[in-house]
Amino acid sequence: MTDVLDPGTEMDLGPVPETTRADWSSDQEVRWCPGCGDYSILSAMQMLMPELGARREKTVFISGIGCAARFPYYMDTYGVHTIHGRAPAVATGLAMARPDLDVWVIGGDGDMLSIGGNHLIHALRRNINLNILLFNNQIYGLTKGQFSPTSQKGKVTKSSPVGLVSRPFNPISVALGAEATFVARTHDMDRRHMQEVFRRAYEHEGSAFVEVLQNCNIFNDGVFASITKKDVREDMLIDLQHGKPILFGSEKQFGVTRGPEGVVIVEVAEVGIEHILVHDETIRNPSTAFSLSRLAKTPATPTPVGVFRAIDSGEYSTSVAAQIREVQAQLGKGDLAELLRSQPTWKV
Amino acid sequence: MTDMVEATGVADVRELDEVIIRFAGDSGDGMQLTGDRFTNASALFGNDLSTLPEYPAEIRAPAGTLAGVSAFQVHISNYDITTPGDAPDVLVAMNPAALRSDLHTLVPGGTLIVNKDTFDERNLAKAGYDHSPLDGDELAGYSVIEVAMTSITKDACKDLGVKPRDADRSKNFFALGLLSWMYSRPVEPTLDWIDSKFAGKDLVIGANKAAFNAGHAYGETTELGAQRVIVNAASLSPGTYTNINGNMALSWGLVAASQLSGLPLYLGSYPITPATDILHELSKHKAFGVTTFQAEDEIAAVGAAIGASYGGSLAVTTTSGPGLALKGEAMGLAVSLELPLVVVNIQRGGPSTGLPTKTEAADLMMAMYGRHGESPMPIVAARTPSDCFDTAIEAARIALTYNTPVLLLSDGYLANGSEPWLLPEVEDLEPIVVKHATEFNQTNEDGDGVFWPYLRDENLVRPIALPGTPDLMHRIGGLEKEDGSGNVSYDPENHERMVHLRDRRIASIPVPDVVIEGDEDADLLVVGWGSTWGAITGAVRRVRTSGRKVASVHLTHLYPLPANLGDVLRSYERVLVPELNLGQLVRILRAEYLVDAEPLSKMRGQPFTAGEIQHAIGERLVALEGDRS
Repeated sequence: MTDVLDPGTEMDLGPVPETTRADWSSDQEVRWCPGCGDYSILSAMQMLMPELGARREKTVFISGIGCAARFPYYMDTYGVHTIHGRAPAVATGLAMARPDLDVWVIGGDGDMLSIGGNHLIHALRRNINLNILLFNNQIYGLTKGQFSPTSQKGKVTKSSPVGLVSRPFNPISVALGAEATFVARTHDMDRRHMQEVFRRAYEHEGSAFVEVLQNCNIFNDGVFASITKKDVREDMLIDLQHGKPILFGSEKQFGVTRGPEGVVIVEVAEVGIEHILVHDETIRNPSTAFSLSRLAKTPATPTPVGVFRAIDSGEYSTSVAAQIREVQAQLGKGDLAELLRSQPTWKV
Repeated sequence: MTDMVEATGVADVRELDEVIIRFAGDSGDGMQLTGDRFTNASALFGNDLSTLPEYPAEIRAPAGTLAGVSAFQVHISNYDITTPGDAPDVLVAMNPAALRSDLHTLVPGGTLIVNKDTFDERNLAKAGYDHSPLDGDELAGYSVIEVAMTSITKDACKDLGVKPRDADRSKNFFALGLLSWMYSRPVEPTLDWIDSKFAGKDLVIGANKAAFNAGHAYGETTELGAQRVIVNAASLSPGTYTNINGNMALSWGLVAASQLSGLPLYLGSYPITPATDILHELSKHKAFGVTTFQAEDEIAAVGAAIGASYGGSLAVTTTSGPGLALKGEAMGLAVSLELPLVVVNIQRGGPSTGLPTKTEAADLMMAMYGRHGESPMPIVAARTPSDCFDTAIEAARIALTYNTPVLLLSDGYLANGSEPWLLPEVEDLEPIVVKHATEFNQTNEDGDGVFWPYLRDENLVRPIALPGTPDLMHRIGGLEKEDGSGNVSYDPENHERMVHLRDRRIASIPVPDVVIEGDEDADLLVVGWGSTWGAITGAVRRVRTSGRKVASVHLTHLYPLPANLGDVLRSYERVLVPELNLGQLVRILRAEYLVDAEPLSKMRGQPFTAGEIQHAIGERLVALEGDRS
C-alpha cells in the first residue's frame, strides 16, 4: 500500500517570489473584440496579482463558456476552460481536493445565471473558498447577440426582435438570496475600484461573489455608460463604504435612507444626515444588503457599487477536511485489510 | 438432489444440495431484512449463495396491495453456484398480495408458507381475491403450510409489555425463526445481530427475539418435522470469506484503488437508485481520507469530480442511467482534458425513470457512443457482486495509467445481490503507479524550458502537472488543442490528427484476452457481459452436464475489446449473445467482426435465469444438429 497524501502538501515552495504584471500574463494572444470591457478587467487582475503576494503556481482560474470564459488562457497561472455553466462545479471539486490553492471562477451572465445558475447558488450556499467573478454585459456575446438572463425587459435582440418579455435577474440579489457571505459589484471603467473589490474577494474566506459591470461594445454597447462613464459616476454610482453613511453626488448631496418599502434615495438636506443609512457589510441578516441591491431599477439610475456584504461564516472545504482529520484522529488512518474484514467473515 | 437422511446426525433431516427460498410480503413487512439475515446466517454456515432482492420503487406503496410487494430470493447450496436460482422451492408469503404476485415463481410441488392471519376479507380484496385461495383447491399443487404468524408473535410478545401493534412488526422475525429451523440455520448470528442492531431499544430486541424463538419453536413442536432440511457447507476454495453485495464491493474497490495509487479518493455524486448506496458507503470511510460530495445535481457531481481529478485526486462519480445521460457533456470534457476519472453507472430499467429498482443492462450503447463528437472511453463491466471490487480497481487503474475517463458498468441486480467473497490478501493487490510531471518537457524558440501538456509518451498518454507545481503553469480546456503544446487550435489538420490520437490512445489500451469456458470444439458460443455471467455460466454447466457441447466467453472489457475476440467468434458456427437489452453488444460484435451473432433478450427488470439461457442454448443445439442431418 502507498501512503495516501494530500497533493499540494508535499512541495516546499519557499518564500513568495516578487512578481510583475508580465509574470502573470501568458504568451497567448488575447482575442476579445477590440474595445471589449474584458481587456480592462484582465489588466486589473494581472496588475493586482503581484500586489496580492499570490503564487502563480498556486493560482487557478476556472471558467465556463462565453467571451468572459477565455480569461484563464491569458493568465500565466494554472487554468481550465470548462463547459458552459459548470465552472463553479468544477472549481468546487478542485477547491475541496486542494484547499492550498487560490481558485478563481470567471463567467458571464449567461454562463453563471442561465445554464449554470444552479451551480452558482449552491457554490454560494456552501460558502466554499472560491472567488467568483461574473462579467455582466446583459447580452450573449459569443453566440452573437441574444438576450441574457440579465437583459432588461423590452430589450430588442436577435432572439427578442419585438422586445424581451421576461424580467431580468439582478445578480447581486440572486447572490444575496443564496446568502453568499461576500457580495460586491464593480465595473470595467474603474481599474482601482475593480482591484480593491478583487482584493477583498481574494482575502475573503468562503465564496466571494463579484458582479463586474462589463461593456460589450459589439452587441450591447454602452448599456452601463449612463452610470459608469467618468463624467457621470459621481452622480450615478453609489460607492458603498463600510461604516460610512451612504452618500453620493458631486456634493454628496444625495443619500440612502430606510423607507417603508426598503431603502430609498433622498436628498440629504431634506432628511438630515442623521437619517442617512450607515453601511455595515457585516450584518448577518442579508435583508438590508438585499434592499440596497434593489435600489437601482435600471442600469440608468443610481447604482450601488462596492461591497454589499462580507461576513465570516464556516468555509466549506475546510470543514469537510476537518471532518476527515477528526475521524482519522479518532480511528487512525484506515486499514484496507481491516475494512475487507469489517463484516462477519468465515473461514473455509 | 439427494435425499439422504441423518446427514448431520439429526433425525428426520433431509440433506439437499441446494434450495431456493423466496421471502415475499408487504413493503412494510421487513422482507429485505429477513432475507438478508437468512443469507448472512447461511454465509456464516458456509454455504455458497446468491441473492436477488426485488422491491418496489415506492418507499411505502399502499399496504397490502400488489404494488407494495417486496421480495427477497436466496439460493443456498453445498456447491459453487452462480445465480439466485431459476424458481424458488419455498415461497414465504406474508400476505395475500405476496401470494398472488409471487406464486407463479414457485416450482410445481414447492413449499408454500403463508401467514394465514393476513388472509382476511380486506387484505384478500386488496390483492384482488374474491375468496381465500387457502380455502379452494387452487393451491393443491403445492405443499401448503398455514401458520398464524401474527397472532403467535403477538402472544409471544404479550408478557414483554410490547404493544400488540408493535409486536405485529416483529412477525418477520417469526418467519425467519421458522425458516431457520426448517433449513437448520444457526440461530446465534441472528440473535447477536438483533442485539447489536437494536442496541438501546430493549423492547424491540425482546420482541424480535421472542418472535424469532417462537418461529423456531413452532417448527420444532408442530408436525413440520418431515419438512426439515439441511444444505451443508459448500466446498469452496480455502480462505476467509465475507458475504458482499455489489455496491459495497464496488465502494471497497474504489477505496483499495486509492490506497494502491496513493491518491486521495474523491466522490462527486447525486442520489439516484440503485447507485446511492455507494455514496452512503464511501461517506463512512473518512478514515481512508475519502472525500464525498453530494452535489446539487448529476452534472455538478461529475464536474466536481473533474475538478478534483485536476487537483490530483482519484476522482469518481457514481450514477444510474438517467444521471449518466446528464453527465454526457462533462464526460466529453474529461475526454478532451485527458484527465483520469471513473464514471460508475449502476444500470436500471429505462428509458427515463423506467424501473428504478429493477435491473437492466441497456446502457451499453450510451456507454460506447453516448457523447458528442468522437469521444472514446474505456468501458469495464462487473460480472458478479464481488467482482465489482476487482472491476472498480481495474477501472481506476486504466483511468490513472492512461489519463482518461473510464466507464464502469454494474446493474441493479449486482448492486443489491450478494454472494460469498473469498477475500483477497491486500499485499497481493498490484500497486497503481501514478507519476505527475514536475519538470519542463520542451524548449521554446528562445531556448527556455516550457511545459507542453499534450506532448504524449509512447502510449500516447499526456503528462499531467498538478496545480501547485512550480514553473509548469499551463491552461487546458474543452477547445481543440494543438498537438503537443496544448494551445487552442482551430487548424483543420491538427483537429483531424487529435481526433485520431484520442481514438488510437484508447483503442490501444491493452486488455486481457477472452478465455473460452466449456468446450472449445463446440458449435455454439455464448457471449456475455456484465451480470449475465452467472446465468450463462450456470446454463453452460447444465448443458455440458447433459452431455452436449457448448462454449462461452465473458467480456469484462467492453472497450477496447480483447484482441483475440474476433478470432474466437469466427471459430464457432453460431454465436448467441444473451443481454438484458434488445441486443446492444450483439450489434457491436456484428459491426466490429462481421459475425452473424444472434441476440437473446430479456427486458423484465429481472436477471436471466440459468434455465432460460439453457433453454435457448438447447434450441440452437437442436437446430445445429438438424442442419447437419
